[in-house]
Amino acid sequence: MFITALPERREIAGVSVEFLIKGDGQNLLFLHAGHGLDAADRLVEELAKSYRVIAPSHPGFGASELPRHITSTEDLVFFYLDLIEELDLKDLIVVGASFGGWLAAELATRGTGRIASLVLIDAVGVKFSGRETRDIVDIFARTLEEIPTLFFHDQDKAMTILGGLDFKNMSLDSATRFARNRESLLLFGWSPTLYNPKLLGRLHRVHVPVLVLWGANDQVTPPAYGKQYAAAFEHGTYVEVPEAGHYGYLEQPEKFADKIIAFLGAKTLVAA
Amino acid sequence: MEFWHFSEQSMHPAWDKIDGPTKVLVDNRFCDPEVANKLYNRYLDEWVIADKLGYNIFVNEHHASANCMSASCLLTLAILARQTKKARLLCLGVPITNRTDPYRVAEELAMIDVISGGRLEIGLVKASPFELAMSNQSPARIMDRYWEAHDFIVKALTHKGLPFSWEGEFYNYRNVNVWPRPFQQPMPPMWITASGASTGRKVAQLGYTMATFFNGAGTKPLYDAYKDEYFKTHGKPAGIDRFAYLAIVVCGRNDAEVQERINKVKPYLEVQPRTPKAWSNPPGYESVELNAGALKSGKTGRINFGLPLNPTRAEMAEGGILFSGTPDELYEQMSSFSDKVGGIGHMLMLTQAGYLSHEETVDTMTLFSEQVAPRLREYARAKNQELTQAA
Repeated sequence: MFITALPERREIAGVSVEFLIKGDGQNLLFLHAGHGLDAADRLVEELAKSYRVIAPSHPGFGASELPRHITSTEDLVFFYLDLIEELDLKDLIVVGASFGGWLAAELATRGTGRIASLVLIDAVGVKFSGRETRDIVDIFARTLEEIPTLFFHDQDKAMTILGGLDFKNMSLDSATRFARNRESLLLFGWSPTLYNPKLLGRLHRVHVPVLVLWGANDQVTPPAYGKQYAAAFEHGTYVEVPEAGHYGYLEQPEKFADKIIAFLGAKTLVAA
Repeated sequence: MEFWHFSEQSMHPAWDKIDGPTKVLVDNRFCDPEVANKLYNRYLDEWVIADKLGYNIFVNEHHASANCMSASCLLTLAILARQTKKARLLCLGVPITNRTDPYRVAEELAMIDVISGGRLEIGLVKASPFELAMSNQSPARIMDRYWEAHDFIVKALTHKGLPFSWEGEFYNYRNVNVWPRPFQQPMPPMWITASGASTGRKVAQLGYTMATFFNGAGTKPLYDAYKDEYFKTHGKPAGIDRFAYLAIVVCGRNDAEVQERINKVKPYLEVQPRTPKAWSNPPGYESVELNAGALKSGKTGRINFGLPLNPTRAEMAEGGILFSGTPDELYEQMSSFSDKVGGIGHMLMLTQAGYLSHEETVDTMTLFSEQVAPRLREYARAKNQELTQAA
């Protein structure tokens, strides 16, 4: 999810950003998880069979620049508002995973004029419980070696996706991408830990259909969290994928893609 | 050479009861308040004795730690400001990236300086990585925050006149008006800790005293960088009083006494690294370049203070970790280490460490102050002449 750099580069709102753009059809903006995006991302590949997928590395992640003025998720949301306008995207599907799901939800609360539907995959971003109960595991208190067990269900797949965390035999570029993604995730999600206290009270502004798609074995944000997230939207649908962790979309990209395509297809039928 | 008595105010009686990390995640039931009461008072007594013996005073702070119970170096200094008479009072330091309120830091510093009649020396530090867990301040952009807090504190302490406002990236104040102003004008002497050359150069530009802790072989290049940058910036060579070094110091009358004391001190070296792994280097604390390099090389920080396994006394002294011996031996070890690194003007001495008792600590301090300190002062005077005339 971080090993290979994305092939394209564009400047958006003055920020030089790397992109993965694949497929034809309705535009789909994919917002990646906190550990980054790889040029060989399997979910993007599956979705590109049905849509034109636009998948940038967020500012600060991968090889995308991080200008000094971008220091918060709000700044990233404004960056994506600029991106949608500069690329003149309309009738847009926004799909976000984990940290990217938080950004997707924030983005939709700013207005859905250009957004047709929203898909949140094991998203963070919202606080439901009281002050002494965490909804989201404090991932910043965990070691790098704990990533496979905490974020994934299938350890073999996890190690393949993470390059075995074998940095000694990786390029310096890949190690740099990994270190950079970790730092930027911390910059944006340190405290409150991976949520915005205001977001829950703003989700009512999202009037488009929302698919809340979850790994049944998610340990970072367990399924109960996903169900509450779905219930907070006007048109939220909760769907679970078995044998999938927090990064289940990387473990089972076909199944996650199938659920997304089925949801978006059904939505189109209803709309017609 | 100036000598600074330092103690981490440890809860050492709990060390062998704790399984695993001795900080951050350690159960606070290991900190018995009655034991802590006796220990705090003992450590404060030792600083009061240090004052009488001609030492200066150096205090630090850590959080959630059996290695150091000082939760605020300024609280400790506030007590000592009244209870001591002559000693310079150094906080090294106030971890300003942990503090949400640098204004309050400036006020407390000024108060200590005024109460002590101008004996305060101000050290502002970055904070240990693992303490961001408790302070909840972000490791990301930590140095940007450090320098803004530093700049603010300097302005708040030196400003004379009507209130000023501050609207920075990290701190906002509508009405800055520090009462009292510091006793020492324009402000007390400043210290910064450094281990690498790039920080050393920054400290040199500011002209502050630069301290380095247990830095061993890294010390010479650090001091050289400081000297080079100091000369470029200020147009004169840096005097020896710009350079401070921290090590453990054990003194005894004979070999048997020295060895017995070393045995009690050594567990300190074993306890120090007992940090929860996730908190030893949170993302953002070090640069991406450094972290990527560390991932590639598989190296995760200094282990065992850079010493070989089971180091000998000579290796610990040559490595600048623990100077130990009779007064004659100590003079040899410390002056030759100072020569090797290019001149030490302030010896920061961890005189109480590990299981060393009050009596043993005071005995070490007394022996050293009577039989080693005068000779090292003489040595440093000559060394300073050499440094300031070299250029």
